[in-house]
Amino acid sequence: MEYRFTPPLSEADVRGLRAGDTVVLDGTIWGIRDATQIRMFDRGVAAPVDLHGTALLHVAPNVRKTETGYEPLVIGTTTSMRMDRFTEGLLRDYGVRAIIGKGGLSDVSSAAFATYGGVYLAIVGGAASVETEQVEAIENVYWEDLMPECLWQFRVKNFGPLIVAMDATGASTYRDVGATARSRLDAIYEKLGVTRG
Amino acid sequence: MPSNVDTDLYGLLEELGGQLYLDAQIDIPPDVRAGLKAAMERESSQVARGIVNTMLRAIDISDRKHALVCQDTGIPIFWVTIGNGFEIDGVQLVAALTRGIERVTRDHPLRSSIVDPITRENRQTSTGEGIPVIHVEFSKDIDHLDLLMMPKGSGSESMSFLAMLTPADGLAGVKKFVLDIAVGAQGKPCPPTIVGVGIGGSSDLCTTLAKKATLRPVGERHSDPKIAALELELLEAINATGIGPMGLGGDTTALDVHIETAWTHITLNPVAVNMQCWRGERRRAKISRDGSYVIGY
Repeated sequence: MEYRFTPPLSEADVRGLRAGDTVVLDGTIWGIRDATQIRMFDRGVAAPVDLHGTALLHVAPNVRKTETGYEPLVIGTTTSMRMDRFTEGLLRDYGVRAIIGKGGLSDVSSAAFATYGGVYLAIVGGAASVETEQVEAIENVYWEDLMPECLWQFRVKNFGPLIVAMDATGASTYRDVGATARSRLDAIYEKLGVTRG
Repeated sequence: MPSNVDTDLYGLLEELGGQLYLDAQIDIPPDVRAGLKAAMERESSQVARGIVNTMLRAIDISDRKHALVCQDTGIPIFWVTIGNGFEIDGVQLVAALTRGIERVTRDHPLRSSIVDPITRENRQTSTGEGIPVIHVEFSKDIDHLDLLMMPKGSGSESMSFLAMLTPADGLAGVKKFVLDIAVGAQGKPCPPTIVGVGIGGSSDLCTTLAKKATLRPVGERHSDPKIAALELELLEAINATGIGPMGLGGDTTALDVHIETAWTHITLNPVAVNMQCWRGERRRAKISRDGSYVIGY
């Protein structure tokens, strides 16, 4: 199924999504990264904005400072797994509904998506030129001292396609694909003349 | 030392060093594009086709806007091959290429992705101790200087592995290692990847061969038929895992598998794997002794 949302997202919105669905977002999404979440969770500094119902992007921004703010040069997505341990806190403490990233998150995060009602949306990694075209503006920047790992407010249009890779039923495409690959290994080994060790 | 090249060779190397680093991140090689298009036709999964289509769209947007395809500027790595009779001062070569990287990083500007490994200091120049990485080789078969540049992104570079296997593990052990790495990596190196495999040598030579292997154009086979056959066998095996584009399932986990080998010690059976993400970024200049040059991939 294909869905289009303009956040804020409700719990019902995300609980209706299934792994394999496609999502396109319009409106506001928020960019976060390692340092942003280290401050929020390890240093215990509350985020300066209300993140209930938001979609967060594991972002790798390359921006230029202008007189009025920041202009996006290249906005890409970074590997999510480095920030895996912050997922539960984002959902439980901040009411975040969607995390957009690449490469996927662990089964611990998968369980958190099921408990609190959230989804992981996979973006096509490395295709930053597509992503940059879909970011209309950088509307606000908080915690500028963490540059470029600030808390970014982006206005986006047709942001995606994003693939629901971990859903609120606890399903994970990464887990399924990994299990399928491992289940095929014996046959592949045999063809290669490899003895399983 | 003056060179026997009829031009300001080091000025030219500075210019080209920076230009190749930038252009490699904008203009994806034709063989990689062809590989992605072939994947698009082969994929049976709709999700996988959608992902590869977005990759092709990213390449197209970058062509039109002269924009970077990915935000990761990577580690700048040069492969310099000095041809027969081409005289060059190595110290000045390194200095010129380093200046080229620094200049394009400042002028474009590019994100500097390079930090001190202990303090994590970033000079904002894309350079540092040992960076750019510069491999120098010599060839009696050419009389020009071949300058090949690859910006190596961290997603794929993180998926680099070496195993010092034993002779008893045999070629079967080598095959198993490569396959297990591909399965373990899943979506992390941004598949479909170009999988580089080094077999033999010492540990350092083995990992260098694996990285060098990723630079061979997609679809081009090793000149040794038995190694070429091994490449195709491993490519089929990796794609049979079903990991697919971005690890979300599909028929194309690797665009190609390339193997480079060196002879090794009687007690050793080294194998290394290095992966390049779906963009397969590389850019080349062939510099002649009259100072003229040709840009390619």
